[in-house]
Amino acid sequence: MAVEAPLLRTDVLVIGAGGAGLYAAIEAARRGARVLLLDRSLIGRGGATVMAQMTVAAALGSETEDDWSHHLADTLAAGRGLCDPRLARLLCEEGAEVIREMDEWRTGWARHPDGRIRQVQAPGHDRPRCVYVDFLSTGPAVSRALRARAQREGGIRRMGEVLVTDLVTSGGRVRGAVALDLAHGVPLRMSAGATVIATGGLTRLYRRNSASSNMAGDGYALALRAGAELVDMEFVQFFPIGHLAPRMIGMDPIMWDPFRYKLGGRLLNGAMEEFTDRYGAPDGGRYVVTRDLATYAITREVAAGRGSPSGGAWLSFQHVPEAVLRENFGPVIDRLAANGIDLTRTPVEVAPIAHYHMGGIRVDARMDTGLPGLFAAGEAVGGANGANRLSGNAITEALAFGRVAGREAAALARRDGEGWDEAAAAEALALAGGTGPARPGMNTAALFRRLQDIMADDVGAFRTAEGLARAGQRLQALSAELGEAPPGPPLPHDLARADWFDLRAGLQVAEAVVLAAAARTESRGAHQREDHPGLDPAWGHNQTLALRDGQLRLGRQPVAEAA
Amino acid sequence: MSVATLSIHRGGPGEAPRRDRFEVPFEAGQSVLDGLRWVRECADPSLAMRYACLNANACKECMMLVDGRVGYACTIRLEAREMRLDPLPNKALLRDLVTAIAPPDERPPEPGA
Repeated sequence: MAVEAPLLRTDVLVIGAGGAGLYAAIEAARRGARVLLLDRSLIGRGGATVMAQMTVAAALGSETEDDWSHHLADTLAAGRGLCDPRLARLLCEEGAEVIREMDEWRTGWARHPDGRIRQVQAPGHDRPRCVYVDFLSTGPAVSRALRARAQREGGIRRMGEVLVTDLVTSGGRVRGAVALDLAHGVPLRMSAGATVIATGGLTRLYRRNSASSNMAGDGYALALRAGAELVDMEFVQFFPIGHLAPRMIGMDPIMWDPFRYKLGGRLLNGAMEEFTDRYGAPDGGRYVVTRDLATYAITREVAAGRGSPSGGAWLSFQHVPEAVLRENFGPVIDRLAANGIDLTRTPVEVAPIAHYHMGGIRVDARMDTGLPGLFAAGEAVGGANGANRLSGNAITEALAFGRVAGREAAALARRDGEGWDEAAAAEALALAGGTGPARPGMNTAALFRRLQDIMADDVGAFRTAEGLARAGQRLQALSAELGEAPPGPPLPHDLARADWFDLRAGLQVAEAVVLAAAARTESRGAHQREDHPGLDPAWGHNQTLALRDGQLRLGRQPVAEAA
Repeated sequence: MSVATLSIHRGGPGEAPRRDRFEVPFEAGQSVLDGLRWVRECADPSLAMRYACLNANACKECMMLVDGRVGYACTIRLEAREMRLDPLPNKALLRDLVTAIAPPDERPPEPGA
């Protein structure tokens, strides 16, 4: 190319500026590392953290006596036997510390008049354990506090609109990355002593999802291609009561979560009957049924022809007086009214929506992937939540794992230093910044939609061998259409080019989910097989995935021993 | 079937601005962002627009001019008429509807700088 791509040098490279990436950057910087913090969106705006509506679990004990060991017991129970107990313990133990530190950083956790932090009880927890900011404002408050802290910390170069396309490895070690500067449409080179993947999950691979547009599994694909392993990829969490109808604007689809925490609400089938008790999980107008069971119950009712008109369940607050609704959700009630929704008169329709990925990059308790120079943090990590994640654990995981990854990455970078290898970056640079063949008629956005359809049709909350095989074939056909390089020359803010890289990553990650889901011939947590109902004790181990000679290879490992 | 017609500013800095018109199938309750996403999937994937969250009004990235007034594409309703969409006038244009809205110290390096 005419102009050489800029080479940015840093001790620690952090990919993704959600909760995990921001915390990793802050922790690495306060240990003296120079940090380069990237996000493909704007800093602190993209990712899942900013979308969090409500609860963050931490054993602070401000409502009632609590200890991280109780939080751990609930987390392990929710994970249906597959949690890595070392990671789960880290989440629960360091989680309480990071939530306190976030309080010092003025996140603004809701408080009682006497100054104690408020904690509510979420489904699957044995006591009130979840802190929050305001209803519907937790995520933005967490993002804002972290971004402000990162700005004050010093030593952190923050850079948005940068899409990392490949990690650069040489001598068996990750040396940094190659990226596409989306703002200008030019490639970038980044040399780093240690790299942290904090890109979140994969829920954008599904048609109905609660994620940002940048959560399509790209971090998993980066890790795989560099030589790291993934774990538990078959476990995709569906949030059971994502908004379905009537259509709304300016509201997050998981907005009913706080309504249920505060007011209960009744979950009803198409005949206006309560139904979760038929699946062994009585709800009784309270919010107690775990996500995997509620998703199962709603999906079964719809399959049995007892769904709501749009294909979900009814959520009703009609029994709640308007004054109580107003007292709890004041301005939100007006926003609902602007969308034509009066909760005192009509129920709304809800249905499961792809929400979180339990699987991810395999790491040890130091967030080390085992591939020298590469760490991961947050939702990008697999293992802490096993087959099903407890409500409130995602933000805690992001912050706790981010802190550990930042600490470990800073230490490694100090020990080893940089070692950029230009030759090892050449191929990735040519792909990121080069002009690909013109592909008239190719619509990358439509191709991505097809990927979402494949995953929603056959790799959703309910799976069969036949459906998974069909998904595998359709994914292969889509891969063949994608071609070897992005179409045309790079342009400023080139979404079609970004789509191409998202498809390359998403197709590989989708294949990983399909392979793991097809192999697991039982039903457990978020992985439900219509053709293999019920949990099989013989399946009490984790599945891993690695890329060897361009092929995904499935492996098994026993569940780790407790720390 | 009724349609919403989106008249959209196209082109980058230094180019003669032009407008493309897209007819989007109209369904009550859609946002302008829904219309723009339909345009990319069904008509022209090269359209440059900025958004991260989907209609949640959390990321605040989809700010643009809608019929000459500043607003978020995710909270303005699509309507079954012609709607004019333009980039923010007081920010440097990158392309189409996208302007440089990141704080100066959070941007990638200027090429050639």
